[in-house]
Amino acid sequence: MAVPEQDPIIIVEGLTARFGDDTILEGVNLEVFPGEVLVILGESGCGKTVLMKHMIGLFKPCEGRVLVKGIDLAKASDEERHRLRMEIGVLFQSGALFGSMTLSENIGLPISEYTHLPPEIIDHVVKMKLGLVNLAGYEHHMPAELSGGMKKRAALARAMALDPSILFFDEPSSGLDPVTAAGLDFLIKEINTTMGTTMVIVTHELASIMNIAQRVIMLDKNAQGIIAEGNPHELKEHSRDPRVIAFFNRQPPKTGKGEIQNG
Amino acid sequence: MAEPGERKNDLVQVRGERGGTIKLFLSGRIALDSISLYTEEIRKRLSDLKPKELIVDLTNIEYLDSSGALILLELEGRAKSQAIAFSFDNMPDEVHRIMGLINREALTTPSVKTEKKREYLLEEIGEASFAFYKDMRRILIFVGEILDALFHAVRNPRLVRWDDVLFYVKRAGVDGLPILSLLSLLMGLIIAFMSSLQLKQFGANIYVASLVGIAIIRELGPMMTAIIVAGRSGSAFAAEIGTMRVNEEVDALVTMGFDPTQFLAVPKVLAAMIVVPILTLYADVFGIVGGLLVGITGLDLTIHTYIQQTVNSVTLFDFASSLIKSVVFAALISGISCQRGLQVRGGAEAVGAAATSAVVSSIFLIIVADSAFAIMLYYVQWS
Ligand SMILES: Nc1ncnc2c1ncn2[C@@H]1O[C@H](COP(=O)(O)OP(=O)(O)O)[C@@H](O)[C@H]1O
Ligand SMILES: [Mg+2]
Repeated sequence: MAVPEQDPIIIVEGLTARFGDDTILEGVNLEVFPGEVLVILGESGCGKTVLMKHMIGLFKPCEGRVLVKGIDLAKASDEERHRLRMEIGVLFQSGALFGSMTLSENIGLPISEYTHLPPEIIDHVVKMKLGLVNLAGYEHHMPAELSGGMKKRAALARAMALDPSILFFDEPSSGLDPVTAAGLDFLIKEINTTMGTTMVIVTHELASIMNIAQRVIMLDKNAQGIIAEGNPHELKEHSRDPRVIAFFNRQPPKTGKGEIQNG
Repeated sequence: MAEPGERKNDLVQVRGERGGTIKLFLSGRIALDSISLYTEEIRKRLSDLKPKELIVDLTNIEYLDSSGALILLELEGRAKSQAIAFSFDNMPDEVHRIMGLINREALTTPSVKTEKKREYLLEEIGEASFAFYKDMRRILIFVGEILDALFHAVRNPRLVRWDDVLFYVKRAGVDGLPILSLLSLLMGLIIAFMSSLQLKQFGANIYVASLVGIAIIRELGPMMTAIIVAGRSGSAFAAEIGTMRVNEEVDALVTMGFDPTQFLAVPKVLAAMIVVPILTLYADVFGIVGGLLVGITGLDLTIHTYIQQTVNSVTLFDFASSLIKSVVFAALISGISCQRGLQVRGGAEAVGAAATSAVVSSIFLIIVADSAFAIMLYYVQWS
């Protein structure tokens, strides 16, 4: 569970994100510890995706810096960056499978980029990965032939292709029915416990948060940063911040699914 | 329910005395399609009554939607602003609920974003020039990137995605053949026909062959091919890459450690540079065949003499420059189109804009490059 003793695997220091004159995040500090499941929550448009994209190096900070495994993403050498890429897997909000490639090509792409395995072995690994996300037998499907939930799972298989030590998820359950979403949560939890993968998850599904998060941070648009941090159950019970209370109580109290699944 | 118009006079009824307490009875259906009727009627009825107190009775309202509620609230607001005591009477529960929905503050909340002010011509010109400058800068940066990527590809051919190159060769090349052959054939026919009308008068029939050959090979072949490729493939490249941007596929590529220029643009540029010269040759042949058809049917030339004349008047230099031109056109079209695609930000509508911009910019660049070539080749040839 939470492991405050260890050195953080990701450190965000004084991060400020700006687009033109719009300041989205200002002076955000955050640490992510190895093996934990951290959930970033907050209303739509408050900058969750922006924060995540800074952590994976897609955006460069206007101010501040992001260290992953002790390496500053903005200053990393090509070789360091290449090494870090193997350690990071990302499940984008839309899945972001390559539409012109079959599932096996999608998943095999990072593998063939980072290893020199012969094609038969890559095929094997791909099949194994598809099996992990319950998509065995779908290797020759095109992304367009899959349902939303299957796409998400296939994208998860691709994100896990290189067995990264950190997995990022951008709203994994958006657009999924509750049962499929719960299945995905289960998968996330299982990967975390069996492989010890650090998980950073952007979501606002209350049920998911109560079920999988060990720690949550809450972003707010007006505060342009983090307004609350802690264990979700404790926040729910004890927080006095009206924004936090509003978030945790927006679903019908006491009978919500979150309650049942906590059990 | 009767037409609003028929019962117009019953919809709003007024009781009370001038200058005293006026009771307003509203009935019928107050909805978006009838509010103008009601406001008009109410205004007319109240215009010279100067009430001290206004009571609006809602007993007989059959239906009220949110716009209907809005005019009632506005009526209240107006009365209050004129210091007229105002109340509703017999308000049915539903009406009360609907009124509760309306957030009166929303009506007076200032826009969060200030309305775009009218701009002055000079300002607009300035902004447009700045946008143009920024665009040029981005294009130049991209040219650098793509040259770097191409250079990299040439040194490490193993890293090039040749499957993709082949795919785009087929898409841009083979699939474009029918339209290209038709257009160049017609172009040859037209030039031959038009020029024959003039040249026949001087008995210079044979020179139709020279004219068609030189015009097609030096100018029209490469140009027509480039424009067709810009329309067919340039837009497709931009749309494809733009869609990938919108779907975060480009982000996914980056997080996997791929360089989008290398991965997405290089195969397309290489494919275009391979296939456009071939298409150009093809267009040249069809154009000449078009001229030939006119020559043998309308000008009493034999196939042999026509071809002989063409071969005599077209030099190897013409051929070579035509091919070089087409390679340059290909690089311009595919490069700018990929750049337009990678530049997409936002949603689906940006993809359409990128495709359009790809074609327009390609054609612009083709014409600029062609003019440059015309001057350059002139000096190369005669020096
Ligand atoms: N590439 C970008 N360019 C300009 N503005 C952006 C960009 N990405 C995000 N934004 C803005 O940042 C804000 C936060 O966006 P985002 O992080 O996607 O929200 P969410 O918390 O819903 O994921 C939004 O107002 C959005 O318009
Ligand atoms: Mg988001």
